[in-house]
Amino acid sequence: MTTTLPAYDEVVARYEPVIGLETHVELGTNTKMWCGCPTDFGGEPNTRVCPVCLGLPGSLPVANKAAIEAIIRIGLALNCSIAEWCRFARKNYFYPDMPKNFQISQYDEPICVDGYLDVEVNGETVRIEIERVHLEEDTGKTLHVGGATGRIHGATESLVDYNRAGIPLVEIVTKPVTGTGALAPEVAKAYVTELRDVIRTLGVSDVRMEEGSLRCDVNTSLNLPGQEWGTRTETKNVNSLRSVERAVRSEMLRQASVLDAGGRITQETRHFHEDTGDTTPGRSKETATDYRYFPEPDLVPVAPDPAWVAELKAALPELPRVHRRRLQEQWGLSDLDMQSVLNAGAVELIEATVAAGTTPAAARKWWLGELSRRANESGVELADIGATPAQVAELQGLVDAGKLNDKMARTVLEGVVDGEGSPTEIMTSRGLEVVSDTGALTAAVDEAIAANPGIADKIRSGKVAAAGALVGAVMKTTRGQADAKTVRELILERLGVQG
Amino acid sequence: MAAISREEVAHLARLSRLAVTEEELDTFAGQLDVILQAVAQVGEVAAADIPPTSHSVPLTNIFREDVVTPCLTPQEALSGAPDVEDQRFRVPRILTEDVAS
Repeated sequence: MTTTLPAYDEVVARYEPVIGLETHVELGTNTKMWCGCPTDFGGEPNTRVCPVCLGLPGSLPVANKAAIEAIIRIGLALNCSIAEWCRFARKNYFYPDMPKNFQISQYDEPICVDGYLDVEVNGETVRIEIERVHLEEDTGKTLHVGGATGRIHGATESLVDYNRAGIPLVEIVTKPVTGTGALAPEVAKAYVTELRDVIRTLGVSDVRMEEGSLRCDVNTSLNLPGQEWGTRTETKNVNSLRSVERAVRSEMLRQASVLDAGGRITQETRHFHEDTGDTTPGRSKETATDYRYFPEPDLVPVAPDPAWVAELKAALPELPRVHRRRLQEQWGLSDLDMQSVLNAGAVELIEATVAAGTTPAAARKWWLGELSRRANESGVELADIGATPAQVAELQGLVDAGKLNDKMARTVLEGVVDGEGSPTEIMTSRGLEVVSDTGALTAAVDEAIAANPGIADKIRSGKVAAAGALVGAVMKTTRGQADAKTVRELILERLGVQG
Repeated sequence: MAAISREEVAHLARLSRLAVTEEELDTFAGQLDVILQAVAQVGEVAAADIPPTSHSVPLTNIFREDVVTPCLTPQEALSGAPDVEDQRFRVPRILTEDVAS
């Protein structure tokens, strides 16, 4: 299909987008939701299973208290009301990713409801309303074999590993988000980013999209101004923060081209493809499964003691928004500067770099400069660029100690990003150290003075600005590996002039 | 009026992956109808002061501490599997269905 997509500006001039986000977070508890099997990522297939998570006859689930506590804390951090009484429900289906033919979830009685999360986009605060936050169990992993492509279509057999089955999974569902116009894709990304930061701050999950402990489905629809909401599609397989934004944008463009041609949008699940940035259709909702939810008879209701909930609320940590405001003040940044730090995904990176001993200004320079540029070029998140805050702090330490000049520091940083080792190692292996041996440097300075008697006389007579030419000559003989400021001071000193 | 239609029984049979013949549909629709009518009679006596019951015991908040307990070995785990490949349960593909959750 080679339809030409309309320009994004034209799409948002004609249509209003409505988005909604469903986010799944695997909790970082020690054990699974209903049994004592460990939850660590990875592991040989079917080594973290027991009769409960394999759904063997006669086994009974018992809720993990740490998971209940974690979801209540998430609900509180998202300004939700915590249910005084709620139940788990069975979601019945025949897909083999659960061994018992159902998934224990929550249906009409989620544990947390009606909250919100404020996010910042272009200096504006956008309030994202939260519909519900509920607890369920993750599914096993299926590998499809026998087909040509390894995908489910064409596969003849499925191989199932139940290590992940039963890991506590929190589902966070927003209400439809309207009125964001052209910013809809950025709002979607900002929401998932903020949600990730909140959950990480709570310490209840490592929220790593690439490992699947944070997963996101994005609902998108378009409508003409003043008219009813359009038919929505649900995009799955959105596996990075950047993809959240790309998925919304790509789906807005696709839907607009269908609507422009007089077509209508089919309510369906679509799959996002990281490589192309496109979505393709999955299962149509017209044949949506009938899950026959009913209250889980093997688990008793949960009725959180209000005193316990109040205690958890009082003990919530400083949330990212408040934390950022404090950092902004400490770092002395304007709203605009702070926003660019936020947009670059650099808040925590700069904070950690500062904690490792670097000044806020220097830390910001590296993360928003060289490293952001490299991240953009390779299309990865700044945090995944390959340089750590400790390495950036080490690099700046070398600069501060006069061992690297700015140009050399940039070269070393390139090496760090390319995985060549620590800044000190790269400095050594590439022979990049500033010539600080005063003997060698003094010799180079004397040589430059001797070779340029005219300039030396000018400097002696007080024309200090002329020293630049001698600095250039010294830098040339030391192949750029000297600190220009040191060289200048040395030249003036040798000529008996006060800088 | 019947409490459950023949079409609803056919739908449930499909969801449950049961191959039910036309004759069986007639039989089961009749039998299930009798059961549902009987349950409906109980519903008639439930007044506003009787809350619906989903659990037979009045318990809440039965929790487990977050402590790791021993797992089965993969051999034990897979001992009841219909078929095994690469230490995984090997099952027929499910046509045109997608992951839930």
